[in-house]
Amino acid sequence: MTDHLLEVRNLSVEFHTAGGRVKAVQDVSWHLDRGEVLAILGESGSGKSVSASAVMDLIDCPPGKITAGQILFEGRDLLQMDSNERREINGKRIAMIFQDPLSALNPVYRVGWQIEETMTIHGTPRAEARAETLELLGRVGIPDPATAVQKYPHQFSGGQRQRLMVAMALALRPDILIADEPTTALDVTVQAQILSLLEVLQKETGMGLLLITHDLGVVAETADRVVVMNGGRIVEQGTALEVYRNPKHAYTRDLIASAPGKGAMSGGVAKEGAEFLKVRGLGKKYGAFEALKDANFELMPGECLAIVGESGSGKSTLAKTLLRLEEPTAGTAFYKGRDLFAMSPKELFAIRREIQMVFQDPTQSLNPRMSAYELISEAWAIHRDILPKDRWRARVAELLDQVGLAPEHADRFPHQFSGGQRQRIAIARALALEPEIIICDEAVSALDVQVQAQVIDLLADLQKRLGLAYLFIAHDLPLVRDFADRVIVMQGGRIVEQGTVREIFDNPQETYTRNLLAASLDPDPEVQAARRAARDLASA
Amino acid sequence: MTETTPDVPSAAGQSRFRRLAAMLWADKFALVAMIFLIVVLLCAILGPMLLDNLATRQNLRGRNAPPFDLTRGWAFVLGADALGRPLLARIIVAARNTIMVAAGAVACSLLIGAALGLVAGYSRRGLSQAIMRLADVIMSFPSLLMAVIVLYMLSASVTNLIIVLAITRIPIYLRTTRAEVLELRERMFVQAALVMGASARRIVFRHILPMVLPTLLTIATLDFAFVMLAESSLSFLGIGIQPPEITWGLMVSQGRPYLTHAWWLSFWPGLAIILTTLSLNLLSNWMRVALDPAQRWRLEMGKKND
Repeated sequence: MTDHLLEVRNLSVEFHTAGGRVKAVQDVSWHLDRGEVLAILGESGSGKSVSASAVMDLIDCPPGKITAGQILFEGRDLLQMDSNERREINGKRIAMIFQDPLSALNPVYRVGWQIEETMTIHGTPRAEARAETLELLGRVGIPDPATAVQKYPHQFSGGQRQRLMVAMALALRPDILIADEPTTALDVTVQAQILSLLEVLQKETGMGLLLITHDLGVVAETADRVVVMNGGRIVEQGTALEVYRNPKHAYTRDLIASAPGKGAMSGGVAKEGAEFLKVRGLGKKYGAFEALKDANFELMPGECLAIVGESGSGKSTLAKTLLRLEEPTAGTAFYKGRDLFAMSPKELFAIRREIQMVFQDPTQSLNPRMSAYELISEAWAIHRDILPKDRWRARVAELLDQVGLAPEHADRFPHQFSGGQRQRIAIARALALEPEIIICDEAVSALDVQVQAQVIDLLADLQKRLGLAYLFIAHDLPLVRDFADRVIVMQGGRIVEQGTVREIFDNPQETYTRNLLAASLDPDPEVQAARRAARDLASA
Repeated sequence: MTETTPDVPSAAGQSRFRRLAAMLWADKFALVAMIFLIVVLLCAILGPMLLDNLATRQNLRGRNAPPFDLTRGWAFVLGADALGRPLLARIIVAARNTIMVAAGAVACSLLIGAALGLVAGYSRRGLSQAIMRLADVIMSFPSLLMAVIVLYMLSASVTNLIIVLAITRIPIYLRTTRAEVLELRERMFVQAALVMGASARRIVFRHILPMVLPTLLTIATLDFAFVMLAESSLSFLGIGIQPPEITWGLMVSQGRPYLTHAWWLSFWPGLAIILTTLSLNLLSNWMRVALDPAQRWRLEMGKKND
């Protein structure tokens, strides 16, 4: 039974934390063969990374403790080896790439030197390592390797940095590559490139690829087999197609059902009455760099307008200028007929009530030293005319209830909530001012798929009940397809296309929009296989 | 915090106090430190009233009397100084001046430094630059030299000593506060407050200051010891506290000539300085944890976990 390249048997890991012992994974078993792609799928906190960390000897003991199980690499138990033997295997035979390539590269060394280093510390002569590095950079698709090796990490884009990480991991021709959320921090188009790069390299070298992800789309695109984890246990495993078509466990069924991109598309809301927002020729320059150029659009009452685009396309700059967090350098924006940019501080203060924002990461947008009650009631401490002080308690309870939290949560602090709950508090805080427009800046992209679905449902429900209009900034296209009425596509600070969801998704006019749509991943492995075939055909 | 939650019934205030007490009980080091500091404080308040005569009466037959000898009475348990005055009584009496100078100087420099730092960190470029250059001027001037000049011109009194020591320590708080504010003001929750229309005052006091405070308090406790010793060197130069007034620092320097054959003259007041600073440090360490909602569990759960 030792014919697998890597096999984890009945692994259990515990962590000692404030709340006592936490069983991070229990009785987990999986295996990886040569030339195979295995995906471990799970939400945050499901323990999906723990078994991979155990393979790489990355679990800190204490507080971590491996209580049971074996990890067999070519039939030898890694857990019985001493640290010298482990070091020989780590990096050389089993390599790993991480989610954030910037923090994994040392900013003060040239990238060429860093890649050479991984080889020289395992005994390759410097000159040979240098030649090998050039070849590797070419293989992972870095343009002009000879000059690239002389550059520092900050001179590369996010996608290129992840390519560099892949090059570094492959330097010693490992038998296994572990990729922990390798594309989560990247744009969809870049994600597609990195995934296909991993796939090509894996086919070329015949290594085993272990992919840890929360994204059904990534599984559908790359994996042969998938292990689904929830609450530290494996709930299901099988081929990617089998699991998607025939999920046996309730959790998997739920997970697949909450994947966005399957609902009906909106054809836009009827244009009645005056628009809430009318933006004309909006521009923002940072020195010579134009972050935003000549943006024109309207937002109607009760409408959800999505702004999509890659990072650096100017989405967030647009939101920030509308909120006057940044001063625009050109153009006008009218809110209910009044010019937002010509307002006195006093008028602006009044407008703040009506345009609110929900930020991307609730962990950062909530002051960690304030309780939920203080966070929500701060709105009324700022705008004193909304609510008399003696009614704050009752209203906070009401708002918490409205966003699906219990009133007794009011005295808890942000760290005592989960990510999804924190975002609910952020939404309750925005609602406290009874706004007309809520700007959501990637408001759900930091959340797990199921939580994401819940928060989106909440937003949709509030829209219906309170007649809110949303400016919904997102990079996740399936989500936009389900939730938005109209879409603005941005590229390089410019609006390249806008229209109703149906127009954009069914009949995109611009090449950029088409590329963006093609790069987004479908959770269905068959759909992805068909797309892949089409891509191969096109490139052949 | 109480300012924004007045509608919570007053029982909450009481339970908050009990919670703090329970957290102090959970950290035994902090508890001992707290008790020690209360004792020091009581000495400072009551000591000069009760023991002034005993501490200043010379007894030349008991010059440099060794410690742990009870034949002369309890006051001589720590020995006597070069003029035969009981060290224990003198340490107790000296607590007032020492604590007054150190606490006064630290509190003043903390208040002024933090206020200027907040302004420098949060305001526009011009004002910020002006404040920072001022800090540079103070820092580039040798602090002892400045103290000498100022105290030479003014008379050497406790108030002047506090002022001089406070001025020389301001830049430390100023620079730390400004650096933290510059980082904190870019945080997302500050942006969120801006979007809600929060005023600069609210953002600075409600969102930024509470995050800077733990760092400042830690620096302040460390500074406490520094100020005590700086005061003693000024006294040594003859421009600080003058005999017959006493401080711990002064006692250390007065005992210095006798170190080779009567170590206790400098040792006991030195120990008092060390213990006070150590206690302050332990307490500030406890406070940093107890005041942070995300860290509080460390104290509340006790030792149930290994």
